Amino acid sequence: MGRYVIRRLLQMVPVFIGTTLLIFVMVWGLGDPVAAMFGDRTPDPATAAQIRLEFHLNDPLIQQYWIYMSHVFEGDFGKAWNQQPVTELLKTAYPVTLRLTIVAFVIEAVIGVALGVFAGLRRGRFFDTGVLAMTLIVVSIPTFVTGYVLQYFFGVKWSIVHPSVGEGAPFKDLLMPGLVLAGVSLAYVARLTRTSVAENTRADYLRTAVAKGLPRRRVIVNHMLRNSLIPVVTFLGTDIGNLMAGALVTERIFNIHGVGYQIYQGIVHTSPATVVGFVTILVIIFLLANLLVDLLYAVLDPRIRYA
Amino acid sequence: MTVIDDISDVPAPDAPLAPLLEVRDLHVEFHTRDGVAKAVNGVNYSVNAGETLAVLGESGSGKSVSAQAVMGILDMPPARIPKGEILFQGRDMLKMSGEERRKIRGRKIAMIFQDALSSLNPVLSVGYQLGEMYRVHQGLSRKDAKAKAIELMDRVRIPAAKERVGDYPHQFSGGMRQRIMIAMALALEPELIIADEPTTALDVTVQAQVMDLLAELQREYNMGLILITHDLGVVADVADKIAVMYAGRIVEDAPVHDIYAKPAHPYTKGLLQSIPRLDQKGQELYAIKGLPPNLTRIPSGCAFNPRCPMAQDVCRTDVPALHPVGTARGSACHFWKETLGE
Repeated sequence: MGRYVIRRLLQMVPVFIGTTLLIFVMVWGLGDPVAAMFGDRTPDPATAAQIRLEFHLNDPLIQQYWIYMSHVFEGDFGKAWNQQPVTELLKTAYPVTLRLTIVAFVIEAVIGVALGVFAGLRRGRFFDTGVLAMTLIVVSIPTFVTGYVLQYFFGVKWSIVHPSVGEGAPFKDLLMPGLVLAGVSLAYVARLTRTSVAENTRADYLRTAVAKGLPRRRVIVNHMLRNSLIPVVTFLGTDIGNLMAGALVTERIFNIHGVGYQIYQGIVHTSPATVVGFVTILVIIFLLANLLVDLLYAVLDPRIRYA
Repeated sequence: MTVIDDISDVPAPDAPLAPLLEVRDLHVEFHTRDGVAKAVNGVNYSVNAGETLAVLGESGSGKSVSAQAVMGILDMPPARIPKGEILFQGRDMLKMSGEERRKIRGRKIAMIFQDALSSLNPVLSVGYQLGEMYRVHQGLSRKDAKAKAIELMDRVRIPAAKERVGDYPHQFSGGMRQRIMIAMALALEPELIIADEPTTALDVTVQAQVMDLLAELQREYNMGLILITHDLGVVADVADKIAVMYAGRIVEDAPVHDIYAKPAHPYTKGLLQSIPRLDQKGQELYAIKGLPPNLTRIPSGCAFNPRCPMAQDVCRTDVPALHPVGTARGSACHFWKETLGE
């Protein structure tokens, strides 16, 4: 197991370099960053040269990447468009998005799995059909539509919740955005769980468990659920990354000053340092979440052993 | 009310002892999209303590379904039991509550399944799965249950039981896994064991070991055993009596030696002839022509008539009753005398 973890961590290095290089090239290498910085105005040649020198823009791209990364590992992510250090932005934005992601994740996991289990156990009955229809509707509607609709009705019209998230993003305010963010994933989790449960109810080992005279509750909880949840856990783990990426849309709807907001600002104000910095951290989180899933997978399913 | 129950439970002293299990006129049907599949159509059999009944038949003959009905593990729906009685120690289990039946499962009647790999839970250790019997039915602690599990594994001769109790099913060989299934069935020393093709998934050499073990343990505990199989070779060694099933009915039932010596039903005869024999080496193997019937459209009259070499007009119209052949035998064939006589 230990060797497996080390190998996986080492494998992350090329993946990390590959993804960050890609985003770095896209942001810095395509087009002229200096021209972008000045927008419609033509920069004064002397200033332009000064900026080019400051950002090492005259060096080859790969060397720029190298300089950038060595700064990153010293904890210096560069400066944003308004001269704020990107590290400051990271420190304020990530906790907010993390909170939103956690809220969404809990909603997704708890409600999605519960719906899926009950639907799977009542295959073909009213509840099951209901869940299938509802999840299909949720999957079919884009997040920004559900977001604005829910915000309008619950936030503006009926004033049940705050239409936007207040300073410091308290959990209470994050429930509605969390639900919106979780929506589509929740539907997938419910469907995946349902299928998995329905499949496992017909499994031979479950018949054995019944033949052993175990109470129904034990048959379901101890014997069926653990087997059924293996694919669901995999999905949930990889979905952490998707949720963080999806937060871009949700944060904009509910005016949450998190990662999505900062990346958006970075793009609007053509601040390469912001975009690359934020994406770099996202990549790391994504990779770690994947590693966690693989390790959890081995805990859930003893047939998988990592040498 | 309880008084009457008490009387009916205890047989009168002069009456012959009731069999351990008696199945009477059992019918099982499955409601499917293609219609009603009549899997079991009036099956009767009985097993006494210490006795082995072999239920023989090809796939779809209803042998497993009738056993699952006895065990109470049929999925209902789609399955339905429109008719019949399953008397266990004199009480009809079909009239019991779900909870009552659950308490019989595992404690008094246990079942061994065909494919031990898929029948054991892949994500739980064998020690957990064995110990669970004691934890649920006898309320033992986790630790005591584990000790009992090791004891059980020793009893079915799994080497190094103590070290292997925490292993998972996929870490055992096929034969060892089937031993674990047997151990699980034996855990609470039930009075009846139903073994549904216990050796089908195993190598021939391992088959013999597993069958020997099962027979030995059965003698030791004086249990009744219902052995469901399609393997005539397995049956000959261990069974006391045989019930041959075809299309959901018992077509012949007899003590084991009578059936091998002189089958009284053309189907049994066909089965026996299709066993490869050394003295017929080089000759083409006999096969019963045709296929088993579709259970939603069982032929009228005797269900075997389209495949029977002896079929006459009467076989296509009249369902043959189980005619008594001698004292302890029966054959559901209009021409049982002719079959026997040849």
